[in-house]
Amino acid sequence: MAYDYEKYIRPGKLPHIWCPGCGHGIVMKGLIRAIDTCGLKKEETAIVSGIGCASRLPGYLDFCTLHTAHGRAAAFATGVKMVRPEMNVILVGGDGDGTAIGGNHFIHACRRNIDMTYIIMNNKIYGMTGGQFSPATPTGDKASTTPYGNPDPAFDIAKLAIGAGATFVARGTAFHANQIDKLIAEAIQHKGFSVVEILDDCPTTYGRRNKFKSVIEMMNYLKESTVPVKAAEKMSPEQLKGKVLTGVLYKEDKPEYTEEYAKVIARAQAAK
Amino acid sequence: MAKKVAFLQGNEAAAHGALYAGCKFFAGYPITPSTEVAEVMSIELPKIGGKFIQMEDEIGAMAALLGGSLAGVKALTSTSGPGLSLKQELIGYGCIAEIPCVIVNVMRGGPSTGMPTGPSQSDIMCAKWGTHGDHPAICLVPASVQEVFEETVRAFNLAEKYRTPVMIMPDEIVAHMRERIVFPEPGELEVIDRTAPSVTPDKYKPYDTSFGDVPPLAAFGSGYKFHVTGLNKMQDGFPTTKAEIVQAEEERQVRKVEANKADIMKWEEYQIDDADVVVVAYGSTSRSARFAVDEARRAGIKAGLFRPITFWPFPEERLLEISKKVKGFISPEMSLGMCAGVIKGCIEGNAPVLGIFRVDGEPVNPGQILDKIKEVK
Ligand SMILES: Cc1ncc(C[n+]2csc(CCOP(=O)(O)OP(=O)(O)O)c2C)c(N)n1
Ligand code: SF4
Repeated sequence: MAYDYEKYIRPGKLPHIWCPGCGHGIVMKGLIRAIDTCGLKKEETAIVSGIGCASRLPGYLDFCTLHTAHGRAAAFATGVKMVRPEMNVILVGGDGDGTAIGGNHFIHACRRNIDMTYIIMNNKIYGMTGGQFSPATPTGDKASTTPYGNPDPAFDIAKLAIGAGATFVARGTAFHANQIDKLIAEAIQHKGFSVVEILDDCPTTYGRRNKFKSVIEMMNYLKESTVPVKAAEKMSPEQLKGKVLTGVLYKEDKPEYTEEYAKVIARAQAAK
Repeated sequence: MAKKVAFLQGNEAAAHGALYAGCKFFAGYPITPSTEVAEVMSIELPKIGGKFIQMEDEIGAMAALLGGSLAGVKALTSTSGPGLSLKQELIGYGCIAEIPCVIVNVMRGGPSTGMPTGPSQSDIMCAKWGTHGDHPAICLVPASVQEVFEETVRAFNLAEKYRTPVMIMPDEIVAHMRERIVFPEPGELEVIDRTAPSVTPDKYKPYDTSFGDVPPLAAFGSGYKFHVTGLNKMQDGFPTTKAEIVQAEEERQVRKVEANKADIMKWEEYQIDDADVVVVAYGSTSRSARFAVDEARRAGIKAGLFRPITFWPFPEERLLEISKKVKGFISPEMSLGMCAGVIKGCIEGNAPVLGIFRVDGEPVNPGQILDKIKEVK
């Protein structure tokens, strides 16, 4: 790897808190490469997160970083972006943070189509608090609060984002590490609210409860259970059964929120 | 040139006061009886290039408010009871991360949905203790439309000066009544902006106490990059659990207000010097109280009015002094004794505190207060 990750990492802030085998670090490296590809300047980029293992990511990166409260990243970031539309605003967080407690802010950020990129690290569990089920935990799975199997159905986060109005939605996995930066870079370059769901793993609180004997098994699962959208086009419904699609799932051009608000300002000033 | 005069509602005056103070961002969620603040801001902010956003709920509004302020502008939100409850976690975030902002909370009957259109003064403890953990609290309680305007300007000044959320809490009567207001000229009222860093970005630390208890705050997007978190933090903004740092930082956050009480506290004394009976009242209730005090004086009773304009920090020392010379206090309030409890807490038992507690959606009337004044022997 020719990338100089150090250039973007805050001096003295490593080692990170993540467990060995946790996918969050793979996502962080992908994000760094994407930021590098897009040429984002540190002072002009805000990285905003909620609370959780995934949400610790901003602290390691040398940008304007905002570690907010559980679930509130999208709402804090909306305030930053409204006041400084010229800033690049990137949100990161876990599936629990983004789709449970933060679900309302998430869908409304999608609906507004405000120009920010949201990277959701979906390990299907509340890692930080020790493995309680999240809205992304599959039915039947074990979590510390579903000892008899999870009765809840799970969200399809990418579908949720599309349904709520996000104008760029992609999905990758921690196994396909070399794809992550490309998806994130495309999301950053898209004007509007872009969502990149990265399926990753939590060996510590999810894997061990759900019969994954090792991180390698979890990574293999990410590989086996997913199919790139392009490849899926040539596959039969039987072949696609139980598979999750990866790649760019949705892309649309729609008016962006801060640009629309600039028009509000113009109308208000014309009427003055 | 004659000054601009208008006939405004308290809520409208809060919005105009915010604009006078230089507010450029509003994030809110509609709730009676505060909505007019948002409506006026939605009209006026874009005219001056400011931004207004209606968020998905009060939590989102509080979050956007903090994000907007961190991006470098003065920021306002408005709400009422249920909304104030929802904002609490993030008010604490504002306190620990030290992000200036102003929250207008119009007091209506509670708890829960309570009485949406009825006046109340029962959010006053929520303004101090609503969010968990030790934290500074500043809360202003204006009693007239003119005062709503002026105190909103002061709320911004205190928020910016002490880098902390400030609440201004008119009761529903003050928020909805219309009165004549004289707009101060630009420059007539003091307007304070947060201290910008004097060091270059490479030397900047967001909680650098070598600049005193209120470290300068840089803005995101202004060339400075730094970390902000709701965890207990060090001077460079990064989390820590080191006992001595956490202790020192928590104490500093509270000290910002405690050590500057003289600057923050504000109250009015009316006929206090020779008073035997002192009515302690704020907001619309103080208007009934003033009337009652005048009536009492006409009847030969030496009554006086003590009117907090800053409720938090509360003027404890002054009330203690007064308590040594009086026969009794009256606490008329639209609450079941929150203010009376605060008074009792600072007068060391020197005088009885007689309450008139109304939570029926009706104001405390002057007659009730006069009757109570007469009870003090
Ligand atoms: C208001 C609030 N409720 C609950 C918590 C406790 N909490 C912290 S992190 C977390 C879950 C995080 O899970 P997720 O977002 O999926 O991220 P992960 O840790 O798996 O990366 C919870 C419930 C909190 N910090 N704040
Ligand atoms: S608990 Fe899970 S999500 Fe958290 S760092 Fe460990 S492996 Fe990652």
